[in-house]
Amino acid sequence: MEKTVDIEFTLNGKSQVLQADESMPLLWALRDRLQLTGTKFGCGMAQCGACTVHLDGTAIRSCVTPVAVVQGRSVTTIEGLESGVAQAVQQSWDELAVVQCGYCQSGQIMSAVALLEINPNPSDEQIDQSMSGNICRCSTYVRIRAAIKDAAGKLAKG
Amino acid sequence: MSAFGKVNRRQFLRNLSYGGAGLMLGTSVAGCSTLRNSGAGPAGEFEPNAFVRVTPDDRVIVISKHVEMGQGAYTGLATLVAEELDADWSRVAVEGAPADTARYGNLAWGGVRQGTGGSTAMRNAYQQMREAGATARAMLVAAAAQLWQVPASEVTVTAGVVSHHASNRSARFGELAELAATQPLPGKVKLKQPQQFTLIGQSLPRKDSGKTTGQAQFTQDIQLPDMLTAVIAVSPKAGGVVHSFDASATRQVEGVVEVLQVPAGVAVLARDYWSAQQGRKALKIEWDNSGAFTGSSASLLQSYHAELEKPGVVAAKAGDAEAGLSAAGAVIDAHYEFPYLAHAAMEPLNCVMQKRGDGVEAWYGCQWQSGDQETVARVFGIDKQQVKINMLLAGGSFGRRANPVSDYVEQTAQIVKAYEPAVPIKLVWSREDDMRGWYYRPMYVHRLTATLGADGYPLAWRHHIVGQSIAAVASFIDTPNGVDRTTVEGANNLPYGIPNLAVYQHTTPPVIPIQWWRSVGSTHTAYSTETFLDELAQAAGADPVEYRRHLLQESPRHLAVLNLAAEKAGWGSALPAGVFRGVAVHESFHSVVAQVAEIEDAGNGKYRLRKVVCAVDCGVAINPDIIRAQMEGGIGFGLSPALMSEITLRDGEVEQSNFHDYQVLRINQMPEVEVHIVPSAEPPTGVGEPATPVIAPALANALFAATGKMPRKLPFKGLVV
Repeated sequence: MEKTVDIEFTLNGKSQVLQADESMPLLWALRDRLQLTGTKFGCGMAQCGACTVHLDGTAIRSCVTPVAVVQGRSVTTIEGLESGVAQAVQQSWDELAVVQCGYCQSGQIMSAVALLEINPNPSDEQIDQSMSGNICRCSTYVRIRAAIKDAAGKLAKG
Repeated sequence: MSAFGKVNRRQFLRNLSYGGAGLMLGTSVAGCSTLRNSGAGPAGEFEPNAFVRVTPDDRVIVISKHVEMGQGAYTGLATLVAEELDADWSRVAVEGAPADTARYGNLAWGGVRQGTGGSTAMRNAYQQMREAGATARAMLVAAAAQLWQVPASEVTVTAGVVSHHASNRSARFGELAELAATQPLPGKVKLKQPQQFTLIGQSLPRKDSGKTTGQAQFTQDIQLPDMLTAVIAVSPKAGGVVHSFDASATRQVEGVVEVLQVPAGVAVLARDYWSAQQGRKALKIEWDNSGAFTGSSASLLQSYHAELEKPGVVAAKAGDAEAGLSAAGAVIDAHYEFPYLAHAAMEPLNCVMQKRGDGVEAWYGCQWQSGDQETVARVFGIDKQQVKINMLLAGGSFGRRANPVSDYVEQTAQIVKAYEPAVPIKLVWSREDDMRGWYYRPMYVHRLTATLGADGYPLAWRHHIVGQSIAAVASFIDTPNGVDRTTVEGANNLPYGIPNLAVYQHTTPPVIPIQWWRSVGSTHTAYSTETFLDELAQAAGADPVEYRRHLLQESPRHLAVLNLAAEKAGWGSALPAGVFRGVAVHESFHSVVAQVAEIEDAGNGKYRLRKVVCAVDCGVAINPDIIRAQMEGGIGFGLSPALMSEITLRDGEVEQSNFHDYQVLRINQMPEVEVHIVPSAEPPTGVGEPATPVIAPALANALFAATGKMPRKLPFKGLVV
């Protein structure tokens, strides 16, 4: 049932070759094989969003994405964020002291960056819609909303 | 392999475990400590006590006895030290304390147990950590006075710089560290008055950084050389054990290293988590459930309601409630049901442990050092001093990591003991393991009965509470006269002036493993008492705030907090059509919180919670922004059991498994929150828990205002969008 394959992909801007069971979720390839532990394990079934990464710029749940899927594609994790949008989001997150325990926040930030990349000025409803796949048990939701708007404001000012 | 990113492993482990070279300290920093040998610690550092170090490069390292799980403990403790030390906040860092009850026992628990819980961190620390900072300051000042040959009384300290203005000399902390370490310890140190505070009361940036870049290290992230990942299969029924198992297919799974039977179940050890999980799926296990609980939530509920007919333990008594209830006119009577609740922190439970020489070392988000140390020592047959615990950041807990029997730590110890090679092993629970891993907030049934006097206020009030006792699991909790405060707190200390009152506790058999859950007894007592009070107010034709004000005449803190929330929420002002308010006030962990929930009609008999105004009296506000964050977060956390979360049992097995069927609050249901802090110079009390129990009754009271029907069974699904 297991099939080990060579997977070549771009990881945080650099080419990466990985030999892995093709069905291994990208999450565990990142965490246990490549030691990129910023992407978190929360539920294993795309219910909580803690494992969110970008695949060719789109937010995906790495816990249900077989690693073979990323063959020839580009993966960005929290460790590889460097766009202007990403910097604005991380800065707003820090300035508004969004974080409590922090375990879900890599995923929250990855989802927020993906949102602002396609919608630079989201409404509350659009934020709620885009972010409702990311659970925060500390319930930092009030500040997540505020930080996304704050980052949008920063980006609008340039 | 760079296991820890930018910090090398040796440095990381030292950071985790530092503190062993410190001093024996009791409850007070000043007076009973002795100077450590300056050669015992890192060269040139100044370590006047167990809680603070000053490095030659001017860093101030605060040692936190409390785990940082999001509540802000690291920042709060560091603020107290930095305040009295007059440190430069940007140069302050925090490290977790080692497990050492003699030095790091929780003073709010008499100092005899080390751990974090009951919203005690600031209450424990307020005197002790300020004394730690003041002691360090006095010794730095003495060092400067010696160096410059000036009177110590003329030496000042500002933001990490020690100065003598008359001679125009100054030195940074680091420059004085080595000399400060040679100064005699001061006797009693003088602490600042609240009006002198420069850091306490400021919303200083948090010290648990690295959480927005993926750099922060949680237990789940620890990678040590030769480390194996373990998962464990346990019986789906509480009390079930392994009868027999076949691991032949598991052993064929690529990456699986070993399969071991341990007392708790069958463990699969592998090179990584995915392989371990695949291996566990291939296990064939026959369980012996002859000693297991095989009932259901429905059958338990039935037996709980039957308990109401039996006499209970008297948990509070004033006047003669029975006479009051039979003498007066109309009786108001209500039954309430509360399900089991999982903590469901975002980081599923996990623990890293390794055999080390004669002892054991562990790395994890430890919330319960004393108990965990004793448990691990028992498993290995060693002394608890041989169990070294490195406390990491915890990805939430809400009480779960302070397990009274150290369940997940014991499982790890069993596996590490059973596996011969002395390699580090990381036990990882899946979300399903975590959701079905017991130790829930207990299920409860309440009954409240009251009569009103001619003036409309309660003449008699009788409260029955039925459920499992947490103290039965946590034997260190005192139960005077059989009263378990974790069952009745919030009900047996009602702030309202009611002349005839009786509260009865009914303890049910310990069939399901249970424990505390953020705000403990108040999770249910706040709900029944505060919603019942609104039902009484309605029966009396009174406004809920006015009704409470009258009854709170002997409870000035409650009254002030209620008034602040009501005023800020515009209570009494006209509301647009389809908008309704509800209020609740409750004390837990020595803090008082009042909330006004505002809902609007969303059509089809459903409502939307749009805003919560929250007022809190928690004594001195050490970090107002963290207090606001805990109120916001506590409200969100309390909305889950109000609206959607419940653990139910069928044939002894938990029906829920993950976030699709144990639903929790998501951002689209989070209201706007406005927080107001009562100014206070009193010693600080808790903020991690007290907001949680108040929101459900405030929201229910708003629904009651809207619909005339009070939800008496939690969660009240389908009413709020």
